Amino acid sequence: MKDRLRIALVGNPNTGKSTIFNALTGLNQKVGNFPGVTVDKKIGFSKLANNTTLEVVDLPGTYSLYPKSVDETIVFEVLSDKNNPSHPDLVLIVADATNLKRNLLLYTQIADLGLPIIIALNMMDLAAKSNMDIDVDGLAKRLNVPVVPIAARKTQGIEELKKAIQYHSNQPFQTPTIDIEIIAPDLIKSISEELNIDNPYVALQIAHQYQNLRYLTKAQISQIETFEKQYDFHSQKSQAAETIARYNFINDVLLDTVKYNSVALEENISNKIDHYLTHKIWGFVIFIAILFAIFQSIFAWSEYPMFLIENVFVWLAEVGHRYLPEGVLTNLLIDGVLAGLSGVMVFIPQIALLFAFISILEDTGYMSRVTFMMDRLMRKVGLNGKSVVPMIGGLACAVPSIMSTRTIENWKERIITIMVTPLVSCSARLPIYTLLISLVVPKIYVLGFINLQGLALMSLYVMSIIAAILVAWVMKGIIKSKAKGYFIMELPVYRMPRWNNVGITMFESVRTFVTQAGKVIIAVSIVLWVLASYGPSNRFEKIDEKYNSPSLLKKYSSVEIVRLKASEKLENSYAGVLGKSIEPSIKPLGFDWKIGIALITSFAAREVFVGTMATLYSVDGDATKMESVREKMAGAKNTQTGLPVFTVASAFSLMMFYAFAMQCMSTMAVVYRETKNIKWPLIQFAYMLVLAYVASFIVYQLLK
Amino acid sequence: MKLSQLKIGAIGIIKEFTDLEMSVKLMEMGCLPGETIKVERVAPFGDPIAISVSGYQLSLRKLEASTIELI
Repeated sequence: MKDRLRIALVGNPNTGKSTIFNALTGLNQKVGNFPGVTVDKKIGFSKLANNTTLEVVDLPGTYSLYPKSVDETIVFEVLSDKNNPSHPDLVLIVADATNLKRNLLLYTQIADLGLPIIIALNMMDLAAKSNMDIDVDGLAKRLNVPVVPIAARKTQGIEELKKAIQYHSNQPFQTPTIDIEIIAPDLIKSISEELNIDNPYVALQIAHQYQNLRYLTKAQISQIETFEKQYDFHSQKSQAAETIARYNFINDVLLDTVKYNSVALEENISNKIDHYLTHKIWGFVIFIAILFAIFQSIFAWSEYPMFLIENVFVWLAEVGHRYLPEGVLTNLLIDGVLAGLSGVMVFIPQIALLFAFISILEDTGYMSRVTFMMDRLMRKVGLNGKSVVPMIGGLACAVPSIMSTRTIENWKERIITIMVTPLVSCSARLPIYTLLISLVVPKIYVLGFINLQGLALMSLYVMSIIAAILVAWVMKGIIKSKAKGYFIMELPVYRMPRWNNVGITMFESVRTFVTQAGKVIIAVSIVLWVLASYGPSNRFEKIDEKYNSPSLLKKYSSVEIVRLKASEKLENSYAGVLGKSIEPSIKPLGFDWKIGIALITSFAAREVFVGTMATLYSVDGDATKMESVREKMAGAKNTQTGLPVFTVASAFSLMMFYAFAMQCMSTMAVVYRETKNIKWPLIQFAYMLVLAYVASFIVYQLLK
Repeated sequence: MKLSQLKIGAIGIIKEFTDLEMSVKLMEMGCLPGETIKVERVAPFGDPIAISVSGYQLSLRKLEASTIELI
């Protein structure tokens, strides 16, 4: 027995694959990428009773080995290529017992690839409830494969599953399902010889998918192309014939092993729920109410943890100043890095909550109903019902949302979704909005219960969604495509959310946020601090000289001198020079050079704005305390006019700019990876910048 | 008769498909000739529709449903 065993988890979507993954591996998992593509690769580890280390690779859920999205291509690639680093010793197929027929289609395909298999027959509890009699032993005998009945949500059968994995056979003993060779005899033979493959079904799948398989060489691809022309191979006809043959086999198997006694009960409950949740009027009322409740809870529940995090940073800064030796490095660490980090880390509670709510919406099956309700509307503006998911996710973060557009099969609908998702107000804009609104909008109640600050914030969110829809509608007219869009989608039965899955999603999203954003913030804070602390040629020395002059020393107290000197130094630093150089172009928007610096630094990531403000305004006092930053910004005066920098007009203009401008390197990187064309992120950057400038200009000129 | 013409609550049996590309996708999702289909509901704006087929619910657009011929 080997001391290490790799198994791949394969199954249809909504079969409880991830529940089984979590049950097998617990928190002992990590998320990476399959090399060369950005498909999430979830790996978990576990120990079997005989001390074998079990490595579980969770492959993307799919209905068939014929891929309908980028993610699904990975499944065949991993299973068919023995040199793939994720190639498993054993395949664990998760099948939904309540819907065996459709689930067994994928089983028959994988069985024919010739890998050792175990079937985990999930949702046995639901199958029993809906009066289905499944002869598990009969099924196992018929297919000649171990079949383990489980109920993953109730963690029933997990131990038996582990035992079955431990005692698995190293050889594929499964009964052959259909006659593969008959589908395309000559082509299969030629491809098998050309690529030195001994399995006819692998050869046939390659015949269908060769253009997307990354392990084939260019020469091999063109050779297969030649074969297909020679033998007049028609991919769709062959697929149709194969699928029909597979279902004949499955019907035969099920006829002897499954007895249906009456209609499924669970489905009836789902139907009743759907009667309200997808109702013409109630459906939308409920949807809006749910979104509203989510936002209310995000703000209410995150208040206290945010306060705690803020205080931890204040404490850290105090401790740092007290115990670290005074000097350049300490200043960099505390006023640069720590100040920058605190502006972002306070944000963890809100991000965790937003991701948790979105994962609950998906887990319960509600998200697919929203998709179902919205498809018609979304299609009108060039999107797909499935675009709703990335757009709602965009409220949290555009990066994972853009990756989730892979479920949209149609290229044009997908591109438009990718192009407009970053317009939806993401959580990185939230601290900017919160800070600026608290500066200029009074905390009063309209009609006795509507918080004016909250109202301002909500209108920014509503505006962002309207903007996304309008831009999509414009793009629908510009982008040309002939391919048809599809909307063939399973509506899973309603389920209770799996709380540990929600917990894991929260944990993962926070970890990604902290590591990704944290890196950028630290880098930007250091650069910014250097730029703000040093100036070109001898400007700083001249300032030192100026404030050493006896006339000034008489006029001001020493504390005032320090402050005046520091602010003049900032103005003459590299950052100040940079900010001043763009001042003419941002003046019509109501921004001064300090905001200019913030705009420049936050082009890599919006969340840097608050950190930059903290650094820029922390000439004296406590940089890490948000309260103090806000006070300083409120008191900030324009050095030339003497008027306040942050007025209603300039603050709203600034919010418009942050609402529309593409200030996120991570998003641009992910758009590039997803579209594989530098054109798209560049177009996106340009149109969003124009939109931001125009919107800010209009708002400032109107409110001024 | 086409699936897209079936009223809410009505039941039909799949006879054949009129579009090859669509038929492959539909069959993978369990819509096979001989299979019984029931229209469960229609989305608020009249499209797409939700059907029951081989023990689960599937949503599809009316245009896609019009490629399914019923007996």
